[in-house]
Formats: sequence, C-alpha cells, structure tokens
Amino acid sequence: MTLRTAIVSIAALYLLISHQHVQAEVKTGINELDPLFEAFYEGRGDRRTEALDALAALRPPATPIDTQPDARELLQGILDGDLMFHKPSSTIVWAIKDGREFIMTSLDRTTNLGRDSSRKVKRLKLNNSIRAYLRQLIAALGLYSDNPTERLVAIEALIDKPESIEQKTLDELLLNEQDDAVMIALQSLSTRKQLGSADPLERLAAVTVLRTDLSSESRAAIVRIESRDDDENVRKAAQAIRLYHEKQVNLFGWAETLFFGLSLGSVLVLAAIGLAISFGVMGVINMAHGELIMLGAYCSWAMQQLMPQSIAAALLLSIPVAFLLTGLVGIIIERSVIRFLYGRPLETLLATFGISLILQQMVRTFVSPQNVPVANPEFMSGVLQINGVFSLTLNRLYILAFCLIVFAALVALLKYSRFGLEVRAVSQNRSMARAMGVRSARIDSLTFGLGAGIAGIAGVALSQLTNVGPNLGQAYIVDSFMVVVFGGVGNLWGTLISGMTLGIANKLMEPWAGAILAKILVLVFLIMFIQKRPRGLFPQRGRAVEG
Amino acid sequence: MLLINRFKLSALAAACLGITSLSLYAQDETIKVGVLHSLSGTMAISETTLKDTMLMLIDQQNANGGLLGKQLEAVVVDPASDWPLFAEKARELIEQESVVATFGAWTSVSRKSVLPVFEELNSVLFYPVQYEGEESSKNVFYTGAAPNQQAIPAVEYLTNVIGVERWVLAGTDYVYPRTTNKILEAYLQANGVSSEDIMINYTPFGHADWQSIVSEIKKFGSEGKKTAVVSTINGDANVPFYKELGNQGVSAEDIPVIAFSVGEEELSGFDTEPLVGHLAAWNYFMSVDAETNDVFIDNWLDYIGDDERVTNDPMEAHYIGFNMWVKAVEKAGTTDPAFVQDAIIGVSVPNLTGGYSTMMPNHHITKPVLIGEIQDDGQFEVVWETPGLVAGDAWSDFLDSSKDIISDWRAPLSCGNYNVSTSVCSGQNL
Amino acid sequence: MRTGKSRLSSLLFISAVVTLLVSVTTFNQLPADHDLHVGNFMVSLLGKYLTYAILAVAVDLVWGYLGILSLGHAAFFALGGYAMGMYLMRQIGDRGVYGNPDLPDFMVFLNWTELPWYWSGFDSFAFTALAILLIPGLLAFVFGWFAFRSRVNGVYLSIITQALTYALMLAFFRNEMGFGGNNGLTDFKDILGFDLRSDQVRLGLFIASGVALIIVYLLCDSLLRSRLGKVAIAIRDAEDRTRFLGYRVERVKLTLFTLSAMIAGLAGALYVPQVGIINPGEFSPLNSIEVVVWVAIGGRGTLYGAVIGAMGVNYAKTWFTGAYPEAWLFALGLLFVLVTLALPKGIAGLHLFKSRNKPTGKMEPKT
Repeated sequence: MTLRTAIVSIAALYLLISHQHVQAEVKTGINELDPLFEAFYEGRGDRRTEALDALAALRPPATPIDTQPDARELLQGILDGDLMFHKPSSTIVWAIKDGREFIMTSLDRTTNLGRDSSRKVKRLKLNNSIRAYLRQLIAALGLYSDNPTERLVAIEALIDKPESIEQKTLDELLLNEQDDAVMIALQSLSTRKQLGSADPLERLAAVTVLRTDLSSESRAAIVRIESRDDDENVRKAAQAIRLYHEKQVNLFGWAETLFFGLSLGSVLVLAAIGLAISFGVMGVINMAHGELIMLGAYCSWAMQQLMPQSIAAALLLSIPVAFLLTGLVGIIIERSVIRFLYGRPLETLLATFGISLILQQMVRTFVSPQNVPVANPEFMSGVLQINGVFSLTLNRLYILAFCLIVFAALVALLKYSRFGLEVRAVSQNRSMARAMGVRSARIDSLTFGLGAGIAGIAGVALSQLTNVGPNLGQAYIVDSFMVVVFGGVGNLWGTLISGMTLGIANKLMEPWAGAILAKILVLVFLIMFIQKRPRGLFPQRGRAVEG
Repeated sequence: MLLINRFKLSALAAACLGITSLSLYAQDETIKVGVLHSLSGTMAISETTLKDTMLMLIDQQNANGGLLGKQLEAVVVDPASDWPLFAEKARELIEQESVVATFGAWTSVSRKSVLPVFEELNSVLFYPVQYEGEESSKNVFYTGAAPNQQAIPAVEYLTNVIGVERWVLAGTDYVYPRTTNKILEAYLQANGVSSEDIMINYTPFGHADWQSIVSEIKKFGSEGKKTAVVSTINGDANVPFYKELGNQGVSAEDIPVIAFSVGEEELSGFDTEPLVGHLAAWNYFMSVDAETNDVFIDNWLDYIGDDERVTNDPMEAHYIGFNMWVKAVEKAGTTDPAFVQDAIIGVSVPNLTGGYSTMMPNHHITKPVLIGEIQDDGQFEVVWETPGLVAGDAWSDFLDSSKDIISDWRAPLSCGNYNVSTSVCSGQNL
Repeated sequence: MRTGKSRLSSLLFISAVVTLLVSVTTFNQLPADHDLHVGNFMVSLLGKYLTYAILAVAVDLVWGYLGILSLGHAAFFALGGYAMGMYLMRQIGDRGVYGNPDLPDFMVFLNWTELPWYWSGFDSFAFTALAILLIPGLLAFVFGWFAFRSRVNGVYLSIITQALTYALMLAFFRNEMGFGGNNGLTDFKDILGFDLRSDQVRLGLFIASGVALIIVYLLCDSLLRSRLGKVAIAIRDAEDRTRFLGYRVERVKLTLFTLSAMIAGLAGALYVPQVGIINPGEFSPLNSIEVVVWVAIGGRGTLYGAVIGAMGVNYAKTWFTGAYPEAWLFALGLLFVLVTLALPKGIAGLHLFKSRNKPTGKMEPKT
C-alpha cells in the first residue's frame, strides 16, 4: 500500500468514525486532542486560550506504549509554527518546509504523511496575545521541570505578575528547591508577593528588599507605596529608597550613554582601522575600503548559507574566511592597480574609487541588489543585565571586545613580528629598507592585504548590527576617513582614541541635539579641528611624514 | 551555486535587454510602455523587483493577444536613484521613445521630480508606492496607499484591538514620515491622546546606530501605559532598528512596532527572528488566501525562476494599475493619454486580495487595509482587516492646510486641488 | 609657445561651443519629423551637460592648475543651485499647491507662519544673481582661509572638503533647515517672467549655459596666462619652493579656490532651472568625485579637457543607463582605473602637449 493510499484510507476511516460521534473538522490522529485543536483553529479569543489551557493541562499517560506527545512539545510546536494544518485532509501535522512543499509527519510522529504544496498547508494563526499566552503556559509547565534552567525561565516569566502564582504553590516550590540560582529567583518572587501583605512589618521588609532592585516594576511599586501605604514607617522607607533609586537611575543613565558611545566608537574603530594601515602606514588612499568591509559582511552571509544549521560556527568561521578573502582581494588590487600609483595619492584615490564602483556593481549583479539576511547567533542575542535600569546588549559587548582584540593583535603584529618590523621600515624609509634586504614590493602587497583583511573582519562584525547589502560600504567610508585623520595618520593608537572619542561625543549630543544634528556637529567640529591641527590628535613626527 | 545561477540569470537578462532594444527598431507596430524604476544606486534594492513585475505583466498581456491588436513593448530605463535623472529619463521616455504610459518611481522625491514632466507633456504615470498624499495630478494615478489607507486604520487597530495608549511615532526625516506623523498626531489628539503620550522622533536615511533611541523608547514604554511604535522608518535603517529592539529585549508583546515601509521584500533581507510579532499595515500580503493571489504568485515565481522570491504590496499596485490601464485603453479604444485619463476613472479590476479595486475621480484607488503580524518565515499573518474597501483620500482631513481641499478630475470640476471653502482651484491648471 | 597654443586652443574651443549652440538652435527649429530635428529633450540634455562642463572647468582650475583636489565642489554647485531654486520658488507665488502667496508649499506644510530671514531677498533676481556667486564664494573663502593658513593640503584637504559636502548634505536633509528637506525645491513655474516649460525658454537656458561656459573659459584662460596663473602652476609643482621664493602661496590658493567655487555656483544656478529640481542629493560626496573623474578623463590641466570629459562621460552615462543599466557602474569604474593608470593626462593628453613644456606627472610635492 503506497503512502498516499494509506493517508486516503486513514482519512476515510476518520470520516467514518467522526461521522458517528463528533463532527470534528480538525483531526490530529489522537481523538482526545481533536476538539482542542479544532477550538484553537476555528475559534476566536477566549475559546482559543481555553483550548490552550486544556492542552497545557494534558499529562502524558504513564504507559510507555502510548505515544501521545508531551503538552509542552505541542505548545512549543504551535508557538514555533512547526505544527500546521493540512487543508485537504483537515489534519494537524508536523510540517517542515522543502521548497514550495511541506514534508508532513503525524502528530505522534509515528507516521510519515508525505508532502504537499505549501498552498495546502496552513499555519495555525497566532497573534501577539496568543503568543504571549503560549509563552506563559510553556513557562508555567517548566516550573516543575527537572532541568533547573527551565525552572529559572519559568520563575522569571512570573516575576512581573506575582499575583498569578498562588502562595501555596510558591511555598511548596521554596521547600523543594535544591538549585541555588533558582532558589534566589524564587525568593525574590516571594518578596514581590509580600508587598501585598496585610502586615506592615512584612511590607517594610519587602520594601527594604526592593532597594537594590532598580527594575521599572520595583520603582513603580516604591512610588506607589510612598504615596499610598497606610503605615508611615513604610512610606518613609519607601521615600528614602525612591531618592536612592533616582540617583542610581541617573548614574546608570550616564553609564548607559558611555556604553553606547563606546559601542558606536568600536564600530568606527573597526571600520577605520584597516584604513589606518593602508592610509596611515602606506599613504594609500583606499576609497574601496568601504566595499572591502561590504565583502567581509557578505562572507558572513555566505558562510551562514553554507552552514544553515550552525549559525554560531558559521559566524566564527567567517572571521578567518573574510580576512583571507578580502585580504586576497586587497592584494589583487594592490598588484594590479595601486603599485603603479605609489607617490601619487590623489590618483590612487580615483583609481580605488573606480574599484569601489566595480565591486558594488559586482555584488548587485552576481548576488543580488537586495539586502541579504544575516542571522544573529544565540550567544550574541540578549542582554547582560547589570541591574534593573542598566543592561549591556551582548552583541554590542562582543563587538566592543572584538574590536579591542583586533586592535591589540594588530598592534602586536606591527610591533613584535618580523613582518611588522619590515612594514615599519618600509614606511619610514623605503630605500634604506630595500638596501637592508627588505623586499619592499612584497611588503607593500602584504600590508595592503592586511588592511583589506581587517576591513573584511570589520564587515563580519557589522553584519551583526546592520544591513548587509551593496551599499553597506558607502555608509562608512567618510566616517572612516574622519576617524583616521582625526586620530593622526600613521598612528594606530590615535585611531583607537579618535574612534572612541567620536563615538562618545556623538552619543552625548544625541539626546539633546537629535541623531542628525549630532552627526553634523561632530563633522563640523572635525573640519575645524583638522584645519587647526592638520596632523590630527597624535601627529606622527619625523621626516617620513613631511610634505 | 547561487552565485552561478544569479550570473546566468543576469546574463540572460542582459541578453533580453539587448534583444528588446534591438526589437525597438525592428518592429514599429507596438504600443510602448515606459518602466521608470532605478536599477542601480540605493533604490535599486526595492525598485528592481517592480521593473521585473512590469516586464512579467507586459509579457502576459502579449501572450493573451496584446492590446488593441498590437503587441506591447516595455521600454526600460535606469534613473539610477538620482532624482534629477528621473525627470530627464521621464522626458526621454515620453519625447524620444513615445511611450503612451509609464509605470514607475518609488520615493516621493522621484515622483515630485517627474511630475512637472508628465504634466507638461500630458502623459500618464502609474505610481505604485504608499505615499504621503497632499497631491492629485491629472497625469498621475496613485495605486499605492494614501495615508488614510494605511496609517489611520493601523492606529485604529492598535487603539481598539490592542488597547495602545502611548505612541512613539518614529520615522526617517523626509516628507512621507513627516506628513504621516503629522496626520497621525492630529488624529490621535482628536481622539483624546494627550501630547505627552506622543513621542516623535526623526532619524537620517540609513541610520545605523539605534542604541539611544531604542533605549528612550524602552523608557517611554515602561511607564505603565500600553505603548506602540508607529514606524515610518525607511528601508535600510530598519534592520539595525529591529535588531537593536531585539537585543535590548523589547519584544512585540511589550511594545509592538507597526511599520508602513516593511514588506515581504524588505523582510527577505532581514533575519526575521527578532521581528516576529511586530506588525505592518498594507493593502496586500503575499500570504493572503485568494485565488487571484495564488495565480499571481505562481506566475511570478515561474517568471523570475527562483522559488525563494516573494511578492509585495507595490507589486500588487502595479498589477492593479496595469490592468486598469489596459481596461481603460480598451474602453477608450486608443492609447492616447488624454483619452485614457478620462476613461480610467471608474474602472474596476480584480485586486490580489480577492476583491475589486476601482479608480476614483481623485486618481486614487479603493483598497482593503490589512494588518499583518510578521512570522518567522518572513511572511505576514493577517490579524485584522477593514470591513470594506477604503477609498484613497488625496487631501487629508486631519491637516489644517488641506482639510478643505478636494480632488475630482471628472468634468465639470476637473480639478485636483479644489478648495471647497474658497471655491478656488489651485495648483496644476495655472 | 604655450601662450600661442593656448590662444589657438581657446579659439578652437570657442568656435566649437558656438557651433554647437548655433546648430542645436537651428536644428531645434526644424519640424519635428525632419531627420535632423533636435528634440527639446536633447536641448535640455545638452544644456545640462554644458552646466556640468562649467563645473568641470571650476574643478580643473583648482585641481589641474593648483594641485588642490577638491572632493567638495558639488557643495558649491548645489549652493548656487539652491540660491537659484529659492528664487524660482518665490516666483511661484500663490500658484503652489496650498495657494499661499507668502510661503512655499513645504513651509505651509511644516506649519511655518512666516518666511525665514534667509529667504528674504530671493524675490529679486539681482539679489539672487549676487547670492549665486557670493554664497559659494564666501563659504570657499572662509573654508580656504583656515585650511590654507594651516597648510592643510594634499589628501587631507581632499578629505575635509569631502566632509564639508557631507555635512552640508546632512544639514540640507533636515526639514528644519527650511530648504525643503529631502524633496528639496521643485515644481518651478517661471523665470524672469517667462514660463519655464516653454520650448523657447528651454532653448534660451541652453544658450545661456553655452555663453556662460565661453565666458568662464575665457576668464580662466586669461587668468591662467597671467602672473597669477604662473604662480599657481608653480605652487602645484613645488609648493614649498614657491613659498620660499617669497610668493604668498595662501593668497593665490585662496583667490583661485574662491573663484572656482563661484564658477561652480554659477553652474549650479544654470543647472537647476533646466532639470527642474534641486535637492540635498546634489551635495553627496559621490557627485563631487564624479566631477573629478570627468576632469581626469578629459585631461586635467587643460580647460578644454575638462569640458570634453564632462560632456563625454555624461553622454556615456545617458547612453549606458538607457541601453545597459547594469553595466554603467562597471564601465564608469573601469574608466576610473584605466584613465588613472594609462592616461594620466586624460583624453586631452592623447595628442596635444606631447613635447615642450611637459607638465610634471605628479601633482604632489616630493616626499
């Protein structure tokens, strides 16, 4: 019996059975679930949430031969959109997309139901409130999980609505909890619950605990208590804590701005540092620098396309890949164009600008004029919560760290390696270096390749923050040049400090000037600064730079 | 693999282009239709697709016997995202190539740039993108949404269904967001929202660093009242914006963002994970369950030869606009723009959401308004729609400067800018 | 010798431009179905090219003869254009969308109640004409004053000129600035009382651009043949030596830079009525670099080379974006690379000035 006929006969069987007792139009293969899924699929508002409640209340029977799926798995399946509705057979199935078709498996995952066109397989409709409800249900199911992490997630989901958990349940959980982290979370949940207590002493204790909690809920609770509590002591305590909170919030507001500035600065430094090498060390104006950044970003997209299953590994791998690839492109550019133009920086500017146009159009023609999606791996999403008002976004934090690592590696390479020594020698006095046996042409290629490779790495970092598309590079080229010139050409440390300064200055001005004006002001400041001190913050001294 | 396929495709496209430009001289008995979309520069991201859509529609029309017994011929030019070049290319299409109708433009400024050319040479332009309104030209047919066909229903949905009380109006600093936000602000205040519950923010094109703004939105939204962001942020700035929202832990369940410029095509360049649950308001979604839509999608995927491609609202607008034009030409029995302008008013054609769209006397069309939630597969799930069709309103009733102005291109009024209180017709005809 | 050649070349040049003007005007008058008829589209197009040619001459003046590679000349061009645009906006009067006799549409729209002070005066053409020259000139003077005194030169100067135009672009994008934001100024009706949409006015603007090009050319040519021009070339080839010889290098630079900005402003002012729109996109750094490429391709250090480059590249652009849109950037990019590598003196260097006073290949002082 072929699969299709099998499905048909199963469907026919179901029609027969269903005709006898319920008029089920949504089938799951498990009788007990039919009405629930039907209510969810067909229903609206409350009927749907009730159906979900009923689903969540299902416990798998203990008998091992029974293959009824776990309630959490089903809820998660609905949330993730893996459970779909196959229209022709009116069946709820597990579905995996494959081109224009879906591969379907029965709800208990025992039967392969073949494949069908994506037209025929529909998603179970979700919206924000249903999604939130599902999350809550899944989390609540996690309260009794064997896995402490799942329990922690479940408790954290409840922390803003302590009223939704009963005191009895909470006490029971407190009594049985073994894991320390989960215990702490449980206790803070319990404190929240005590704020509603009738005993002033208990409330006072709870208020005091909130002193260290800067979250907006905690602050709102304190403000509420300060104005409304019947007990004066509690009110006074609340007032003191409110003042303390305000001070802290203000302080951490500045810390946040500083972090934003550093993070913007790190992006600027990453974008500019490759330029600092080709421009600063070699005196080559590389207008295609932005496009090398773009190529790096496309590397991380291409790697993710190659390894769609492991986004994180793809991202990490794309760092060396981007470095080598853009480095290679850089070397090709140097060998084919730039080496004929040494000593004529303005001509290199024009030629490399031509190259930048070609690279852009190549991406448009051979990849796509559209932006391409680059996913954030798990470890880079989310925040590092310092306290209720101050949190560091992980992706920014990683990029800041990444920037510093790249910078340190580069400084070390130039300072301590043989290659670095030769680069410095060539940049300081080419003919003398040649006389000492340095193959200057080779060093030129490699240095330019190094600058290009770093641009590629910067592209990988940027792919985590912004669009990856053919225009990516143009957005950074003017900024990069400003950073390098402001810092002082030929000075890597200058680039670091100037990038960070500009980032922070931008972010300090943004709240009162607005994003656009802040940027204009920074530019105007830079123009005036360079007119005053043409050699930047940290001018390179000595004969090499004169003229 | 992908690279090679794309290469072949573009080689083919280049060959086709070569052939079309050759056939230009070979055959004289064709009806020429202009396609004025940027194929290079910043707007190529969005506009290239519309060029392909037009080529597909014209191909199909030819396969079905052409128009008035003649074959149609697309004349494609590239205004390269350069606004003055739009005007120049429009003139080239009309004067040099003698096209009888043009489909094109995307940004407001490109439309403003070509407008005088179409008016001077009395040709017709079909403009397929949602826009700010405050305009009604005799020579332009607006098949995208006017603010009352997108922004106002979206806010109604958020207020009535989601219960939003605080509003962040965030946009890119240009005329479309400015107008939309002005209309929304007036609308919200008329509905009792106090001005301290409205936060307005503008950012430059391609803004990439959203840290401070998202942090502000987060603070604004954490003061107890349900908050939503109405986003008129333009294309490129969206990815970093949504990424920052996701990273700072602002979920669609806390502070939903409803966007007017994010469609399926834009989502295909996003990692949709952090966007799930955020909203968009359009007049068409690829996921709409309708027979005409299924056929359109199949045709598109076959035409473009890539199953991963999507369809979007401006494509539907071209679909509607092109069919309206075809019908109007058949009705008038001529392609002469002067006659087509009259014949097209009142023409109804199927849209892709299972209904019909009609060209109104103010050169805007009737459309349903849909609110969709972003799903993790880059598609939208329709969560709400207007009960009937909404007719596009050229002049917003919520702005002091335009509340008395109406547009009606039928005789005897024949005016796109008629002030009912002073009985003066200003603008174009002077 | 050079003078002789230069005289000859300017004579040739002027006759070429005059021929163009006369023939286009004549052929434009022919009936539309005549084989030699030049359409209005072509007239506008050529008019636009002519304004680009003026801009190219301005860039060549500072780059080819003074060694200053300005990546910000689009800013001066756009400022001149905005000045003209403001005049044209004032001419609309109450024929705008909202019919407000005092304010342009975009100001009505932004709920402004009165005209900002910097818009006053633009009702008058004489004032506008002055502003077209003085605004870019003043900006260039102030900018140059600081830059040249601090001896910012070479690539540093290029980069800050680029930053200048970038900052101006961002500023003009802001709606609060009162210049129409991203949409800029458009929907012009008439100029000096003539309807901008009439064919005669279009032809008139084309001729005006041609005449302006001739005047600018002659002005620059005579200037460069004067003592000032000789010093300029000396500065280009060896700035420090010129300074040590006692010449006031900064003054020469400042004079020519300011003049060049004024010429660019004039070009912008002629450009705007012909294309019908001015918006902040004109400030984009990309535009400035494109101008430099026209000059490089045509041949810098020769005024007619700049003109050939501007007309040639733009014609190629028009043709490519019509025939092979995707290939245009490839072609332009390759042109950049090939010209800098193989033709450092551009097209003009192909056949003329091969011997004799060979201008030095390098534009930078020795390291």
